[in-house]
Amino acid sequence: MKKYTTVGKPEKKVDSLSLATGSSKFVDDFELIDALHCKLVYSPYAYAEIIDIDDSKVRALDGVVDVLHYKNVKQILHTSAGQGFPEPSPYDCLIFDSIMRFVGDRVAMVIADSEKIAEQAAKLLNVKYKIMEPLFDPEKAMDPESPKLHDASHAYPIGAKYDADRNLAAEVEISFGDMKKGEEAADFIIDETYHAHYGQHCAIEPHSVKTMFDEMGRLVIISSTQVPFHVRRIVAQACDYPLKKIRVIKPRIGGGFGSKQEVFLEPLAALASIRHKRPARLIISRAEVFQCSRTRHPIRVRLRTGVKNDGEITSLEMDSLLNSGAYGSHALTVLSNCGSKVLPLFNKIENMRFLGRSVYTNLPVGGAYRGYGATQGYMALNQHFDIITRRLDLDLPEYIKKWHIQEGETSGVFEALGEGKDGVPQIVNSCKLDECIDICIKEIDWYNKRDKKIKNGDKVRGVGLAVSMQGSAIPLVDMAAAYMKMNEDGSFNMNIGATDIGTGSDTILAQIAAEVLGIPLDKIIVYSSDTDRTPFDVGAYASSTTYLSGRAVQKCANKIKKQILGVAAEMMNAELDDLYVEESEVFDKKQKTSKTYSEICCYSLYDKNQFQIQAEASEVVEQSPPPFMCQTAEVEVDTKTGDVKLLEFVSAVDCGQAINPQLAEGQVEGATVNGIAYAMTEEYIFSDKGNLLNKGFKSYKIPTAADIPPMKSYVVESHEESGPFGAKSVSEIGINGPMPAIANAIYDAIGVRMYAAPFTPEKVYRAMQKQLKT
Amino acid sequence: MEARLNVNGKAVKVEFAPEELLLDTLRNHGFTEVKSGCKEGECGACIVLLNGKPINSCLTFTAAVLEEDKLLTVKGIGNLHEPHVIQQAFVDIGAVQCGFCTPGIVLASYALLKNNPRPSDEEVKKAMDGNLCRCTGYVKIVEAVKLAAERLQKK
Repeated sequence: MKKYTTVGKPEKKVDSLSLATGSSKFVDDFELIDALHCKLVYSPYAYAEIIDIDDSKVRALDGVVDVLHYKNVKQILHTSAGQGFPEPSPYDCLIFDSIMRFVGDRVAMVIADSEKIAEQAAKLLNVKYKIMEPLFDPEKAMDPESPKLHDASHAYPIGAKYDADRNLAAEVEISFGDMKKGEEAADFIIDETYHAHYGQHCAIEPHSVKTMFDEMGRLVIISSTQVPFHVRRIVAQACDYPLKKIRVIKPRIGGGFGSKQEVFLEPLAALASIRHKRPARLIISRAEVFQCSRTRHPIRVRLRTGVKNDGEITSLEMDSLLNSGAYGSHALTVLSNCGSKVLPLFNKIENMRFLGRSVYTNLPVGGAYRGYGATQGYMALNQHFDIITRRLDLDLPEYIKKWHIQEGETSGVFEALGEGKDGVPQIVNSCKLDECIDICIKEIDWYNKRDKKIKNGDKVRGVGLAVSMQGSAIPLVDMAAAYMKMNEDGSFNMNIGATDIGTGSDTILAQIAAEVLGIPLDKIIVYSSDTDRTPFDVGAYASSTTYLSGRAVQKCANKIKKQILGVAAEMMNAELDDLYVEESEVFDKKQKTSKTYSEICCYSLYDKNQFQIQAEASEVVEQSPPPFMCQTAEVEVDTKTGDVKLLEFVSAVDCGQAINPQLAEGQVEGATVNGIAYAMTEEYIFSDKGNLLNKGFKSYKIPTAADIPPMKSYVVESHEESGPFGAKSVSEIGINGPMPAIANAIYDAIGVRMYAAPFTPEKVYRAMQKQLKT
Repeated sequence: MEARLNVNGKAVKVEFAPEELLLDTLRNHGFTEVKSGCKEGECGACIVLLNGKPINSCLTFTAAVLEEDKLLTVKGIGNLHEPHVIQQAFVDIGAVQCGFCTPGIVLASYALLKNNPRPSDEEVKKAMDGNLCRCTGYVKIVEAVKLAAERLQKK
């Protein structure tokens, strides 16, 4: 391993002291003078047409400034998915529509002088609905007799498959080999169906946006966003407002996890400001976040495998049905990732088919959520492999080691399945999954516990395991850029489009620059995510920042270094080849002389052949090296009540070189707990009219510190040649394993297969009863 | 309505509506370090200390706070230039990710360590029961509180 000075060190997160002392500013901490306050009015019906809106009573209220709805807002089809352009999501939504497609679809927005007036006024809106029969069951969405929720004109800007007549928001099909031959060669077929359910991100800061005009009359949008540049573009499009007049600023963000990759509030606040030439504030309540923002797409995954008695899988078919909810945000790409991030892990299967369909229903809207389809796919695949190895009496960890993708290998899936188009072929350069598996089975004491059904009265213990991979950026699609300049004291401004939403990217990107330049971290002054003042970056999604933005920063810093060496050579009258950099100084090994960075910068700014030492770099990557992970769980199931207690959870990840091991661990721990909660307690409960019944942290049951089982997280040593200083990604992958690892552990304990989560006492008990009857 | 509040050791004159929540009053008067995460008393981002005890400022009417009551926000225990031991421990351990929940959690820790200078892991977790964090999985938060306790003992 190479020796680094700042990379690989647990450097303090550059914004953490500011955050811990309450000095940092989040969106709502920016003061607005004479602001407008916005309050949304939502549909109480899952499927209805607005026949008429009478806003006269609202407008009559003192302090009400305006009411926006379909009658007075320009109707421009767009997508709220904050993706690259043209977006791989259907243009199927308007700022205000007359068709209401879920309970919580937006009817209107009241704009008033105070929050209180806006809230009061919102209750006075008179809306006449024609209520229609809703569609809740995704399995029935494609039936001819089901209502058609969208118009044929709601198509993709990229021309992907879309069929409004079948409520089909997306369809993907790939196959290779010969499925029929594969099944014929098998000794037996295992055909099982698994269900991943709705989930909510639960970032503690709700979606927030503030808009205002600056002193030059340009519209400034301060937003809690993961995608500032996409916000600028989509606001310009949806509000029909010149992009050049918009500046988007991302301040500190109170968590995202995908929820803030969605541009659904910014156009509203922008419209309020544009119309009334005043600042505007729009922050939604926790209940609105649950019901009206975005969710994890539920996916029903059917896996059918042909298996030989020696364990070889001769065919694998994955049939995924994604419930997109009322709109098709990320419907195609989450669906694709359910296959593309999952199937390549077992690349020795010669005959494979992936059929994915995303359908509209009259339920809350899906979107990006940490794991992005892979979580749903791995829930199925890891249980399926548990089933196969149990049937054959094989050891699951050894079986996975035998069949998973290895360094130097590829999978046809990489090339066949991309993000709304073909994928990109790639060879896996780094894979330390075996090491991850070894750590996890050792720490959970696998061989002393597996199949042992250790009893404690009515309680039985079991262990389970899951593996997964993710990606690092979207190859040949995502772009990131960085800009740096040098200052007289040898410090550097680094302006980057990359978007730190609490992940620590400002820190690790500064570490990468500092490593290249041979300087301590505090010599880098980071400024990020401002569409006026930083170069472009797609934003925080697809596990891209460390790898993609990191490479842009590395490239930029190398350009700077070249200039520094050039000036130093001139100053010392030295040969470039004789120069090297160490601790903020350039040394000439021949003449034994040196110049400090400060001297070099002062020379370049004030002395001779003056110029600003500065550089920019853009980066697009040609591959998306997957991080790998193993996770194991030990549970204790109460056979009398169905209560599942998680006794221990172990995670080990290969994320390449961890730029900052402390922050990498934090990502693993956070993602793992998020995954455990999704597996154990969190779920959306709907009324029979499609109304979400548990719109709060407590009723949705997100965990507190007291709910966390003993956890161990490991970052294994690894090096990805193509990554900045050997790094891959780490932010998403940890959420993939908990659900299947725990499901497999429950089976190990009580022999009951949990095809759907969360594994609440009620669900487990019912599954036990069902098994007794059959 | 008008009142005088004692915030971080200073008298602050505040104006507020009769049913206004302490959270809103504090934020309206510049104490934006008090965060609003749910306004339902569930997340703890809005925690302040009222006479040393953590309260959800989103569940407290401003009118119910007396002039002699001592309110403490996270800025009252330390700042960028002179951070409190707990704040520094959160930084050192890497317990701050997005940081939106951090002011509330730091204050809950402050209250805990005042009463129980050597808490066990379980006691730390119990003291955090009213605070939600979605980023960290709580692992490093518990470690940070333990480190702060250790450092405070040595002081």
